[in-house]
Amino acid sequence: MTQQAPTSVRESVHLRFRVNGEPREAAIAPHKTLLEVLREDLGLTGTKHGCELGECGTCTVLLDGRPQLSCLVLAVECEDRPIVTVEGLADGPTPHPLQTAFADLGAAQCGYCTPGILCAAKELLERNPEPSREVIREALSGNLCRCTGYIKIFEAVELAARRMKDPAAQPDEETLHGRRS
Amino acid sequence: MAGDPEQKNAGGQRPGRAAGLKVVGTPVRKVDGLAKCAGQTKFADDIVLPRMLFCKIHRAHVPHARIRSIDLSRARAVPGVVAILTGQDLPIPFGILPVSQDEHALCPDKVRFVGDPVAAVAALDEDAAFDAMNAIQVEYEPLAPVFSIHDAIEGRADRLHDYGDEGNIHKKVAMEFGDVERGFSQSDAIFEDTFYYEGSTHLPMEQHAAVAQIDPDGKLTVWSSTQTPHYVHRALSKVLEMPPARVRVIACPNGGGFGGKSDPFNHEIVVAKLALLTGRPVKVTLTREEVFYCHRGRHPVLMHVKTGVAKDGSIAAMHFRSFLDGGAYGSYGVASTYYTGALQTVTYPIANYKFEGARCFTNKPPCGPKRGHGTPQPRFALEVQIDKIAARLGVNPADFRLKHLVPPGSLTANYLKVGSMGLGRCIEKVVASSGFRERHGRLPKGQGIGLACSSYICGAGLPIYWNNMPHTGVQLKLDRGGGVAVFCGEIDIGQGSDTVLAQVVAEVLGIDPLDIRIVFGDTDLTPVDLGSYSSRVTLMMGHAAIQAAERARELLAKAVAAKLEVPVEGIAAASSRLFDVSDPSKGVGFAEAVQLAEARFGTIGTVGSYTPPPSAGRYRGAGVGPSPAYSYSAAVVELSVDEESGWIRVDRVHIAHDVGQCINPVLVVGQVEGSVYMGLGEALMEEQVFRANRSGVHKMPSLLEYKSPTTMEMPEVVTHLIEEPDPNGPFGAKEVGQGPLLPIPPAVANAVFDAVGVRIDEVPITPDKVLKALESPHRRYGPKHLPVVSWPDPIRVPTPWEGGTGRALEPGSARATTGPALTKEGTPR
Repeated sequence: MTQQAPTSVRESVHLRFRVNGEPREAAIAPHKTLLEVLREDLGLTGTKHGCELGECGTCTVLLDGRPQLSCLVLAVECEDRPIVTVEGLADGPTPHPLQTAFADLGAAQCGYCTPGILCAAKELLERNPEPSREVIREALSGNLCRCTGYIKIFEAVELAARRMKDPAAQPDEETLHGRRS
Repeated sequence: MAGDPEQKNAGGQRPGRAAGLKVVGTPVRKVDGLAKCAGQTKFADDIVLPRMLFCKIHRAHVPHARIRSIDLSRARAVPGVVAILTGQDLPIPFGILPVSQDEHALCPDKVRFVGDPVAAVAALDEDAAFDAMNAIQVEYEPLAPVFSIHDAIEGRADRLHDYGDEGNIHKKVAMEFGDVERGFSQSDAIFEDTFYYEGSTHLPMEQHAAVAQIDPDGKLTVWSSTQTPHYVHRALSKVLEMPPARVRVIACPNGGGFGGKSDPFNHEIVVAKLALLTGRPVKVTLTREEVFYCHRGRHPVLMHVKTGVAKDGSIAAMHFRSFLDGGAYGSYGVASTYYTGALQTVTYPIANYKFEGARCFTNKPPCGPKRGHGTPQPRFALEVQIDKIAARLGVNPADFRLKHLVPPGSLTANYLKVGSMGLGRCIEKVVASSGFRERHGRLPKGQGIGLACSSYICGAGLPIYWNNMPHTGVQLKLDRGGGVAVFCGEIDIGQGSDTVLAQVVAEVLGIDPLDIRIVFGDTDLTPVDLGSYSSRVTLMMGHAAIQAAERARELLAKAVAAKLEVPVEGIAAASSRLFDVSDPSKGVGFAEAVQLAEARFGTIGTVGSYTPPPSAGRYRGAGVGPSPAYSYSAAVVELSVDEESGWIRVDRVHIAHDVGQCINPVLVVGQVEGSVYMGLGEALMEEQVFRANRSGVHKMPSLLEYKSPTTMEMPEVVTHLIEEPDPNGPFGAKEVGQGPLLPIPPAVANAVFDAVGVRIDEVPITPDKVLKALESPHRRYGPKHLPVVSWPDPIRVPTPWEGGTGRALEPGSARATTGPALTKEGTPR
């Protein structure tokens, strides 16, 4: 059954990336997507995949500061353009307010869609620091989540927005305990 | 049950603790929360090992055929290919249930659905594996396929399997509690309805992945996105003919499970075999399309319910029949079949109850357990029918239900032991929250409000394979520095089980959950926990954790009492200290307490375990339904229906869930909201359906076309938590992961009726069905015909109120049915 065969020969291209503010280089097959290069060549497995067809939003990263489905963009298109992944959201050892808010409210249940949603939400808050619930819905409408029913995600984005103004902002009582009246 | 459960079990009520809880009951941050938000959590596909090969699986493109030949020559010639497997290499069958060992890792002679695995390739990179997979040529001899319940039952196809009750009927069950004919004859009104619940799939965002590695000394390790590492361990050992001691399964945190990662899977066995063969690590990650074909999701179920009620609405008799479309393999299907008949009795008393169920094989991906396992379908039927009964009797549906509640601490017709029962409080909450009494039947046309209720188990009373060992174990190791390592075979699938474990141990030891390290889901390192299914983890693991932590606290207390020269009974643990309750200033820090105990007793490690209490039912089939406790939910759905387009817009959902006691309220609310979401998906849009005229391919195996609710469809959810502590729950806690899904589909159907006066007796309730019902003279859309099944004589069990003992009667004609409740394999027959 076992049979050794020579490696398939595929012409690699050498590319320079700017990922999370750092210069990175990789020699890759030119058909590889940004998703594949991030995960397989740069070791940034925080970015996840749910379909690799551009349907679920799981692989969302920021490219030129805008949310981009990394499974639909070729890595060769991304040379020298700023890329931000979930690994680049924290400020050194300090998590981004979105990260703590998501953790505090259980907005990350299984956590698999979370990196993509965090990237999309970060861009939203940069553009609109006080988004309404409807604006958050719209901004995250391309990101599927099967665990949360999205409600804790909306509440976490709202909490993060409040904490970015007032670090002591607390979640609503109903968010934590359900309605008590 | 061997031995005295009291001897080895944790559990039982601990009165008074609720008042003094410090960590349990508080919304602490999930212990794995920040790691998930930082992208640090390692899911199975994130694992990369040196020299790792990539695996692709060649799958059948025909629904039903014999394999005539497999030509691997072209595939072998693809550069980079290292190994190829076919069914000949893995001849031993497996399956989750001992009675349905009907799967092969790769089909040896016959394929039974489009997507059945036939051959597997390991190559140096994924592209080479893909090319080789496509170069495999299989010649098939077609067999007649079957795609529907009717066709399967009525025998219009070649047989899929050479086992099962009859033709393509996998399993037939019939049981009667009391005498339904007598009950019907005493009824004042009889209602008969036929319902259909379409299949749906789990759709976890993470595609299944597994990595296998072989040590130089021949030991195998498999990492997998599995909810049940223990069962994967057993299946690997069986199929690979390896001693279990040489096989290690590590469950990675699941990127969503919902029941879809509860079976041992062919791809897990395939990568293990490829690793053994090549001596190199091998990884497989399913494509999204493969995940749709992997399935094991909600069974499509056709149901007929005949219910006789007295003038006051009490249920004198119910005859429930279910017909399940099982897909191509057994999976959990025998249990699923029983579950479609088991939990009808735990909400409203049913004086006489008869259940008949038949599961059939069809040439489609196998169905199995999805959130609610076999119970959302009958719950839909029951709750919609109750709405019809209340309407006919002219009673408000909330009042009807409130009048007929199973009392707490009672035994049902089929011998399920109900403990705490907070459904009445749940109904009152959602009725008040939504203004249901004032608004039901009085909203403007096009707007509707509907109510439904439900109940779910907190773990199954019996294990999947027969054994008398505990269902879960927890081990603690206390470090001199005050850190506590907690080992348990549980696996967090997003429901928060790691956090529950940390909170329970922290509560008992009086420490901060951050000082706890959880080691989970590793068959080499952690005591067996049966897995994250049947809503069993919080209750069972919780008890085991309490027991292990109490044993550790006792050792610490003894050492501290000796040091302080006070009686051991006076020592308490809280705020990371052990102290004298009569003078709290006298005490030591937790780390010092560990050091004192270690000096006195040696290294400090303790264990705890849990076995559910014995079931009351002693009849065949009594293994499905019993649970240490039952959760309860009530939901009110507010929606609007556009009569022009049939479009339904859900505006708001009110839900109350009786969780017994929250371990972590914010996670409980999250489970409720997630259940509502998934219930709405099933109610309104989700369909796992196939093209019978095109070889049985999936109609929409993609995340774009398989419709699931997005942020734009998700309505506001008002959640009320009801805490009715259960004597059998850890700190009184019951389940929340599955139960709150159940009332949603029937509440939607009942609200649609309230809005536009049509009955949609089928889910999903799509606009086209609404329009057809509006046009129909019967103002109804739903199934009309049932297949003809020759049912066996039912097992007859006298009800508790007839003086029954839980055992079946000796039948006049048929075989004896008073034997043990289970077969040797532990699965009801």
